[in-house]
Amino acid sequence: MDKLERSPAYRLRQALLEHYRIITSNRLSATGFGFIMVFLVVAIFAPWLAPYDPWEMLYDSEGEFASLRPPSWEFPLGTTHLGYDLFSQLILATRTTLLIGTISGGISIVIGANIGLLAGYYGGKVDEVLMRFTDILYGMPFLPFIIVLISLFGRQLEFVILAIVLIIWRTSARVIRAQTISIKQRQFIAAARARGCSDFRIIYRHILPNVLPLLLLYAAFNIAWSIITEASASFLGFGDGETISWGGMLYELWLSGKTRVAWWWFTAPSLCIVLLVTSLVFVSRAYEEVANPRLRKR
Amino acid sequence: MSRKRVLGVRDLSVRYQTRAGEVHAVSDVSFDVLENEVFGIAGESGCGKSTLIRALMRLHSDNAIVTAQEISYEGQDLQSLSESAFRQQVLWSRMSLVPQSAMNSLNPVYRVGEQVVEAIQAHTRKSKAEAQERVAELFDVVGLQPDLMHNFPHEFSGGMRQRAMIAMSLALDPGLIIMDEPTTGLDVLVQERILRRIREIREQISSSIILITHDIAVIAEMSDRIAVMYGGQIMEQAPALELFESPCHPYTLGLKNAFPSIRNLGQELISIPGSPPTLIGAPVGCPFEERCPFRLERCASELPQVEALAEFHEVRCFRHPEATHLREQASEKATWRSLN
Repeated sequence: MDKLERSPAYRLRQALLEHYRIITSNRLSATGFGFIMVFLVVAIFAPWLAPYDPWEMLYDSEGEFASLRPPSWEFPLGTTHLGYDLFSQLILATRTTLLIGTISGGISIVIGANIGLLAGYYGGKVDEVLMRFTDILYGMPFLPFIIVLISLFGRQLEFVILAIVLIIWRTSARVIRAQTISIKQRQFIAAARARGCSDFRIIYRHILPNVLPLLLLYAAFNIAWSIITEASASFLGFGDGETISWGGMLYELWLSGKTRVAWWWFTAPSLCIVLLVTSLVFVSRAYEEVANPRLRKR
Repeated sequence: MSRKRVLGVRDLSVRYQTRAGEVHAVSDVSFDVLENEVFGIAGESGCGKSTLIRALMRLHSDNAIVTAQEISYEGQDLQSLSESAFRQQVLWSRMSLVPQSAMNSLNPVYRVGEQVVEAIQAHTRKSKAEAQERVAELFDVVGLQPDLMHNFPHEFSGGMRQRAMIAMSLALDPGLIIMDEPTTGLDVLVQERILRRIREIREQISSSIILITHDIAVIAEMSDRIAVMYGGQIMEQAPALELFESPCHPYTLGLKNAFPSIRNLGQELISIPGSPPTLIGAPVGCPFEERCPFRLERCASELPQVEALAEFHEVRCFRHPEATHLREQASEKATWRSLN
């Protein structure tokens, strides 16, 4: 009878173990997962890890103004033309970037999943309205959109996130809709209906778990895209001026006009963007294999 | 006979709106299901059997129009119930379904037991532990080890999944269980085991069963009364023995010919030539007219009325008074060949 008394904690552990197994199932996604973990730790402990205040004009040990110093023991990633320490900036920017990435990635997948599920399940007019709305957003070019939004509301983090979410959710909505349409025609959905399940129950208890691998895949994609989008927005000067992000660091470099001189200034943030996005894509690959077994190596 | 009527259906019609025109999938079907009986509905593929039960359970697709003079359950009118009231009060708790291809009717991401628990909890206030106890009981009834409720559907064989679906249909002691082709897609041995199981279950419970199949052998073995459907209409209905002893409708005669009889082994089987009608457009005349060796001129233009021959024996054919004569002729192979 002990099998009957499976506690929620036990099942949660089982579920987490299952995800761990999926992620570590191939070397690429395991590596990606490792990098993401490192970035996470850095983001969480950022204020304690940064050796200097990122907005502090620094002087070296000989008392000279540390402007545009290449990497050295004193300044591991060099300094900006104003004497800011790039290593400290990078660490604090990790926090902002991850925060924006997970929040906008998370919100966009929730919106995308719900719109996809409802449109796919109900079909007909509901589908028509929701999908035409999605199409309209598809026609919306990102830059003019964010320019209007930022100039209307100001360069605040919330509006950057809002702009990213509005642009990102559309693809996940379409994909989840397609998958929902395929699953709702399966026999067990008709059986669930015969059992007296409500629409709500069928959508969230019976269809959702079946689109979950795809959902996680797109969650990872959305986070990656959010990070890229945030970096582009910041680079173009539409980021939040109060906080520092990887894209924002590149924007500062651009403004300083030292692009050709300070190779260390753009190397670190660019590498971080590439590394984090690639890691996310590698992890999402592992989920893609679950969603689409044909990709599995034989 | 004064047995209680569980389900009453009068003049049920189902029409589908399609691009090719209106399809009259079921036309003016009337029947009763009595307490504690197995009511068999036989007919070839596409004759409207599944449409009929889908309409009864309100599971029809959006392009279907269902009309009926009466659909009642134990005297209560079901048509006046709202969608949600029907779902909560009737579906599963009073009328459950073992769906066609029950093998694919389990959600692959949940354990089999969980799905039965869901069915129980959706309609009763039982706690999870109580519901699981009930599942163990049900699994025992259908001959599955109670431990198996913790397995996933893909770990079950076809026959086991079928039995799990039967267990699920019994969960709430419904007055009526509809079994749509419960043995289709299973091999003969498993079929036999499932049928034996259904027969055993019948002795333990008081539910009535509507058994739908195209397999005459299965229906003859299992049913108390049988309705034969063709082209969306019930052609003949009678108690099982009577239907096979003295069939009156030419289609029933043809069906009987097409199945081997254990008494006359070696006898050549005679099939009915032609194929079922398309059912597009309102029915004019008898749907079996094209394939019927005994057709009259009026059969093409005039639909025969349902006529009662004896208690529970009804037939829809102009020539039923000559039944004895027709029966003799129908056993001749030449009769069926002379068509077209």
